[in-house]
Formats: sequence, structure tokens, C-alpha cells
Amino acid sequence: MTTSKPTKVILAKLGLDGHDRGIKVIAKALEKAGMDVVYMGMRVTPEQVVDRAQQEDADVIGISLLSGAHKPLMTRLMKVVDEREMRGETLILLGGTVPDGDREALEEIGIDGVFPVGSSLRDIEAFIKERLPDGA
Amino acid sequence: MTLYDKQSIKRARDAELAWEHDELRRTLERAPESQERFLTVSGREIDRIYTPADAPDLDYATDLGLPGAYPFTRGVYPTMYRARQWTRRQIAGFGTAKSTNERYKYLLAHGQTGLSTDFDHPTLTGYDSLHPLSEGEVGRLGVAIDTARDMSDLFDGIPIDRVSISLTINHPAIVLLSFLLAHAEKVGVPWETLRGTVQNDSLKEFHGQKTFALPPRGAYRMTMDVVEFCTRNVPNWNTISISGYHTREAGSTAGQEVGFTLAQGMAYVEGGLQRGLTPDEFGPRLSYFFGVHMDFFEEVAKLRAGRRLWARIMKERYGATDPRAMLCRFHSQTLGSTLIREGALNNLIRGTTQAMAAVLGGTQSLHVSGYDEAHDIPSEDAMRMSLNTQRIIGNETGVANTIDPLGGSFFIEKLTNEIEEEALAYIRTIEDMGGGEGVLSGMFAAIENGYIEREISEAAFDYQERIEEHAYKVLGLNEHEEDSVPPPELYEHDDDEEERQIARLEAVIHERDAARTEAALEALRQAARGSDNTMPFILDASRADATEGEIMGALRDVFGDHEDPGIF
Repeated sequence: MTTSKPTKVILAKLGLDGHDRGIKVIAKALEKAGMDVVYMGMRVTPEQVVDRAQQEDADVIGISLLSGAHKPLMTRLMKVVDEREMRGETLILLGGTVPDGDREALEEIGIDGVFPVGSSLRDIEAFIKERLPDGA
Repeated sequence: MTLYDKQSIKRARDAELAWEHDELRRTLERAPESQERFLTVSGREIDRIYTPADAPDLDYATDLGLPGAYPFTRGVYPTMYRARQWTRRQIAGFGTAKSTNERYKYLLAHGQTGLSTDFDHPTLTGYDSLHPLSEGEVGRLGVAIDTARDMSDLFDGIPIDRVSISLTINHPAIVLLSFLLAHAEKVGVPWETLRGTVQNDSLKEFHGQKTFALPPRGAYRMTMDVVEFCTRNVPNWNTISISGYHTREAGSTAGQEVGFTLAQGMAYVEGGLQRGLTPDEFGPRLSYFFGVHMDFFEEVAKLRAGRRLWARIMKERYGATDPRAMLCRFHSQTLGSTLIREGALNNLIRGTTQAMAAVLGGTQSLHVSGYDEAHDIPSEDAMRMSLNTQRIIGNETGVANTIDPLGGSFFIEKLTNEIEEEALAYIRTIEDMGGGEGVLSGMFAAIENGYIEREISEAAFDYQERIEEHAYKVLGLNEHEEDSVPPPELYEHDDDEEERQIARLEAVIHERDAARTEAALEALRQAARGSDNTMPFILDASRADATEGEIMGALRDVFGDHEDPGIF
């Protein structure tokens, strides 16, 4: 991967959750920060997200969930990520209504960054840049 | 007659100019103001001072008038809260119908005066609890309702002929309302005595809330089937709660909220006219639902502007003659998105401020969002405090003693004018997209070309940027205190509720007369393919214990599915 290629980010909402304000704001912010953003919309399955990430050779997968269903849905997503041997290759981020108590469990299943409601856009941008140091 | 004659306005203007050159200039030289521009939450620039010169053409009789009289700027009823305070209607719903039924009984025992039902995502989007997409979401953010039998559990022991009920559901509104009507039949309550509201605002689902189940045109037809059926058979039921709340939650400005929401309302009115109903027949049963944000005066002005503009539209454009058909009666809810995780108890202050704006804006009913909702769905304690907020405002502050106490404020009247103009401009833009065929075709175009979604998402981004740049300071978000306290208790989610609901659904499917259910669903498909009103067929399917997912599935067979375009 050359340093001139912009960071590729796949964003999606899993399950039936309709709260899409946050993920759309993040999509715009990451695009303005020079990243190449694909927002897949809502009601996407974990398989569809991972398929798209593979097709696009994505650096980051960002999932938004404000439905409270983050544990079962993120577990399913990580299962697909493991099946395709993408763990460690693609940065997996989660944003939304995630209680503090669930954070550790999510990190344990392999989520690289959890950004609860109220997180700053700048922090999310900085996190991606720091974790993909070669400018991916 | 304008409020002020030309000479008074000229004197006010001259005095202001002199003051700017003298007192103000000297003060600013000594100490400049803290900001270059003062903005509302919606990004509207606010002046230092407002005078009669800011609304020089304001005519008392035609722009303000008296409460209960056209154009209803000051209120929809002549006596407002002096007759009866607003309805305290805290929405509730979680787990199975049995659990929510217990919460309803708790709320009614603690001063609640109307019920409102929050459904879980599978119910909102028209899927059964058994559907693979429902995994993890059954009963999670609202109550799970799969069949008419669940609806009977939900209202078990509640006198539905005396307590008004609000069903917060949109594309499957026709199904859930049919479940309720089937329950009413079962307990012997005549439909004519039922009072309540079904949200049934299909168009807003494509830019706010986003819990769509059908494509725009199919969903719209279902909305209008409810309007037509209820106008003839359930006369006291509010057939649509035309909703701006979700548009605001999606990040719109106050002006967009009024503009887009009233455009939705106009699209429904045009649909009623197409079906041969007159505005006087179905107009009185249309109601509104607005969100209330933190910017106090902007919110009061917004509610006044919406009320005046709707009256003008119904009378002047659609020819309503019954004053009840011109009323923008509305429910308000303090905005969930303004609740902050850190220092959760601060949200009590936010809720109080927003609730006060809703009351001064003349709301008919109110939900104050729970202080702990940035963490999870509200605890019992949070809902008790929300009700107490309403009780204290209503009984201790005196704000309900007189009607529209902010009316006549130079600032409020100017803001009311501005928001009305801004909303009207959005309505015109939408109408233009319909190629001169009215607001209804404009709405379909504006949904399909992504205009509304893009406008809202621009506004949401602009707001977030002001937060990031500390141009708008929010305690616990971009300003922090050392020793913030977490909420005292949180709602405890019972993970077994999903299993219980699935078991309940399987039992109903096992017990019912399968042939009767299938026949009812097939009859519904036939009706949906033609032009008959589908509601009698959905009622039959409900009586035959068809599930919500099956009924919506039959409609999807005919109208197709809708896919989120992923616009940002």
C-alpha cells in the first residue's frame, strides 16, 4: 500500500436501528479529513459489511449502533471478520449508545475502538490516524 | 391594523441609532462583547436588542389575535391551561407487553394522565420477533408486539375508554391500530369512545426516525387508508401525529423542523382531498408532534410559528372553514439528543428548561425525556422525575396562569416571523420539486432525490462543528466538571424477555386457525393490489391472529421493500 492512497473507511449500521445522525456526521467529517468514505446505510448485515470491506480493501470498518443490540451484532461481525482472516488487518470501530460496563467485553472480542455518544469527531479522526501510522 | 404606527416605529429606530452612536459605542470601546456573533442552537444570528422596528408590519388582529381564534398564534383554545393543563404523557415501552403494562400502571398511579407506547425496532419496522433481523432487538428499546393478543396484554386492566392512548408507530400504524381496535371489540369498548393518536406519519420515516417498512408510495397509501377508515369509523381518533420531533433529532434546525413537517402535513391533506374527503371532515383529527431543543426563545417562537402557519395553510390554501380543521394541536417532547452522559443529573435542568419552552409555546401534551437516557432507556426513577418536572411547572411556577405570556415580546414576535418565513421557503422548495402538481408530488420527489435528508445532515454537521470548536458550550460534552455524578440507578434490561416473547409468539401461531389466517392474508394481498381501503382486511387478519410481520409481509409482497440510500 502506497502512502498516497487515502484511508478507506466503510461505515454501516447493523440490525434494524434507525438512529443515523451520528454516523452521517462522522462520514462527512472523515471525508473532509481526506479519507475515502463509503456509507452503506442502515439494516446492513455483518456479512455485507465484511464483503464490501474486502472488495474495497478497506482500512477501517466503522459500525454505529444505538439500539442496544451491540453485543450480539458485533459478536456476529467479528465472527465473519475472523472467518475471512481480517483481524488485525482492518481497524474495527464501534460508535453509539454503549454503556461503560460493556466496553471491556467489546474490546475483548476484538473491537479496536469504542466511541460512545458524545465522542468528539477530532478524537475519532486522531484515533484512526494514530492506529494507521503509515497513512495507510 | 399594525401594532405600531409609522411614527412610533420611526421614533424607535431613531432612538436606537442615537443609542448606538452614543451609549453603546462608548460601552463597546470600554469593554467589547464576549463574542462577535451570538447564535441560536439552529445557527440563527441574534441581535443585541429588539424593538418595535424589528416587526414593523405586525398586525395584531391578523398576525396574533386571541387564543382559540384565527390564526391561533397565541393558542389553540380560548382558555388553554386555565381550563385544563396539558396532558402529561410520558412514553413507555420495553420487553413484553406484560412488563410494559406494569410500567403503565405505575405511571398512572404517579400522576400521568395519558398513555403512550414505544415499540421495539422489530415492531416499528414490521418484522416479527422470530425474524432473523430482530435478533437482540426484541423488547430492547420498546415493547414487542407481534399479534392482537399482545395488544390485549398491553392494555390489560386499563380503561381504554377513559385513558387516551398514543401509539408511536408509522409504517405498520395500520396494523397496530387494527390490533387495538380488535382488543376494543374483545373488551366491549365501542370504537366511537376511543380517544388517542396513532403517529402514522409515513413520509417522515425517510428522513427522520428511519424505521421504514415500505417504500414511500405504499407507505403513504397505508397512512391515508387509516385516515379514511377512522374518519368514518373511529371519529375521535387522531389519525396522524405529523412529526417534526424525529427530524429535529436527526439534526435539523428549528426552521427545517417546521418547514419539512408542515410539508408532510400538506401532503396528507392533499391525499385526503384526492379521496373525496373535505378538509373540515378529516382536518380536525390531524395533530402535530414537535421536539423541543435547548434554545428557549427559538423554541417558543418555533411552536408559535408552526401554529400560525398551519392555520393559514388550512384556511387559505385548502379552504377549511371549520376552525377545528385549522388547529395545529401538538404533543411535545424534550429532545433525547440533548441529553448528556456525563453528569446525568444535569439533564433534569435541561428537561425543565425545554419543558418550560414547550408550555410557553402552548403544547397540548408533553413528554420530558429521562435524565438517564444517554445511558439506556429510562429507569422508573427518571420517569418519576420527568412527571415531577411537569407537575412543578404546572402547579408552582404560575406560567400556566395566563395564555401566551411571551406574545408581544419584540424578540419573540420577530423570531416567530422569521421561522414562519423560513418554513414557508422550505415548503415552496419542496413544492417546486413536484413540477407544479402540489406538495404531495413535491414530497415524493424531495424524498426520492434525497433533498430533505441532505439538508438535515448539513445542519447536523454544522451543529457538531460548533460543538467541536467550542462555539456552543455543552456541560459534560465539550466542557467538563471534575466531580460529575453518574445516574443513581439504570434500567435493568432483562435478556430473557426476548425468549419469552418468541415463546409467546410461537404459542399463538400454534393455537390459531391457520387456514383462516392464511385466507385473511390472501384477501389483504388482493385488496392491496387493487384500490380498496386495506384497513378492513387488516382488521380481519388481526382478528385471525395474523402476526404483524405476516401482515406487513403481505404488504411488502405488493409494494416491495425499501432500501436506505445511505445519503450523508
